[in-house]
Amino acid sequence: MNNLIVLPLILPIMVGIVLVFLRPYVKLQRAISLITMIGIAGISVIILNRVQTDGIIRLDFGGWEPPFGILFVADSFAMLLVLTASLVTAICLIHAFSSIGERHEKMYFYPFVLFLVAGVNGSFLTGDLFNLFVCFEVMLLASYVLVTLGGTKPQLREAIKYVVINILASWFFLVALAYLYGTVGTLNMAHISERVAEEGQGPLLTTISILFLIVFSLKAGLLLFYWLPGSYSVPPTAVAALFGALLTKVGIYALFRTFTLIFYHELLISHTLIGIMAGITLIVGCMGAIAFKDIRLIVSYNVVIAVGFILIGLAVGTETSIAGSIYYLIHDMFAKAMLFLLAGTMIYLTGKSKIDEMSGLIRNYPLFGWMFFLVTCSLAGIPPLSGFVGKILVGQGAIESGSYVLLALAFISSIVVLYSLLRIFLNTIFGETIISFEEEKPMKMGMIIPIVLLGIATVSLGLGAEFISDYVTDAAHTLSNPSVYIDAVMGGNK
Amino acid sequence: METLIIMLIGILVAVATYLILSRNIIRIILGTAVFSHAVHLLILTMGNLKQGNVPLLKEADAPYTDALPQALILTAIVISFAVTAFILVLAYRTYQDVGTDDLDELRGAKDE
Repeated sequence: MNNLIVLPLILPIMVGIVLVFLRPYVKLQRAISLITMIGIAGISVIILNRVQTDGIIRLDFGGWEPPFGILFVADSFAMLLVLTASLVTAICLIHAFSSIGERHEKMYFYPFVLFLVAGVNGSFLTGDLFNLFVCFEVMLLASYVLVTLGGTKPQLREAIKYVVINILASWFFLVALAYLYGTVGTLNMAHISERVAEEGQGPLLTTISILFLIVFSLKAGLLLFYWLPGSYSVPPTAVAALFGALLTKVGIYALFRTFTLIFYHELLISHTLIGIMAGITLIVGCMGAIAFKDIRLIVSYNVVIAVGFILIGLAVGTETSIAGSIYYLIHDMFAKAMLFLLAGTMIYLTGKSKIDEMSGLIRNYPLFGWMFFLVTCSLAGIPPLSGFVGKILVGQGAIESGSYVLLALAFISSIVVLYSLLRIFLNTIFGETIISFEEEKPMKMGMIIPIVLLGIATVSLGLGAEFISDYVTDAAHTLSNPSVYIDAVMGGNK
Repeated sequence: METLIIMLIGILVAVATYLILSRNIIRIILGTAVFSHAVHLLILTMGNLKQGNVPLLKEADAPYTDALPQALILTAIVISFAVTAFILVLAYRTYQDVGTDDLDELRGAKDE
């Protein structure tokens, strides 16, 4: 039965390969890819519930018991993220059906989305650092293709920078892996954690941990995010939404995993550094979100702010704040996808991308306007919506541990998020309409339905916080007590 | 032997850094290729160079040489092949469409 946990990786790859051969049949490709994503979401719900009853599940490939073989480990944190990623991808696919265009669909758009998801899910599930690198590369190579697909000039221009930055980040990842392997002689994450705890985290290991911090910060957009706004604003809407929802989150996941499981001994050095980086990320991200008038750039800088906010939870490092970060991470995947889809749809409807050039969309498209208001409230953390629980818990954790500076930055950033989005709202949604009745483009059902679905998701995540709190508490418990994870992986065959 | 290889890695990284700091895309791609060679050697060295017999259990006498770094490098080489191939094609397409291979001209605030 443990074989189930390999499916979130294997299924998209297999289906993606099949779809390559179904190139001319666009409708079939759409149906198969959507069914696959929903299927993976269903499977991850099953695994998530099994984790609650049986504890952390692991799968040793080829029967090689850890620490010798490679393995997949499914704990609540990983499975929550797999579930969210699959749902968001399914919804973005629905948007892609009506917005991406036949040219993309015939150039293997769906297979590459599935490969991207395979890489993302693999990164969440793997229990081995080198496999984390491999899954990162699977994800990145698919993302390179998705950024460039279409081949317009800005896309090619930004893609070059995006690819070079990521090649360099991967290089640093390998260097860090090599040093770590030379120091502790193993790559299994639980085993590394055990060895580090035995020998103590000396200066050498702390240096290696900082190398890992640099690598994952580059991927997550923590402080080293200068590549992010450019490359997230050029691809088509559905792709940008996928990127905004998934890619940085994998880096955040890796940061949480390594700095709660392996390098948790020198809190004063590594976690202070994370705190400083998160603080600067918030400040610079806020500046970016206010400074620009291009809606795509504003939205991209909002991704950066969210990254800073989530990592404040890690820097504070109490169980409460980590639980808050997990809540916020899940919320942010839905809300960022929604925000990107709204921004892209706005550009599709008006043909403009500067907020000064649009006005009064709510008169032509009332539902659309209210959905934008919903996501604004959700990202700012207005109570019944999903951002609230995460913000409250992170704040509570920060007060418990006395990190008042981070607390202040986190909540000021919420106000800036609210301001930057309200600015879009007032400029584009309210006001006199500039679209005359004849020029009005009909809102495609395929575009508004995914946005509404994400809106429902963010509302129900907020109202149903009680419902998922069991899973989140369990995930935070596993993260803040590394022995739970280590026992599950190293403690005999299950 | 380890010291020699580490020095070689240092030279490779220096060369690659020099290449990657230039403005020409092709030089940057060559730089990343040299970088990946350097890191493959680094993984090999960090896992200790040949210390004992081939790692065929029961066929040869202990101590065995660690075989894992070679498996890691093999995977890393395949990945760096794929990425290098991709970025070469990307650079070619960019050169065709944008008409330049100079990164300074690819900054692109002008036409937005």
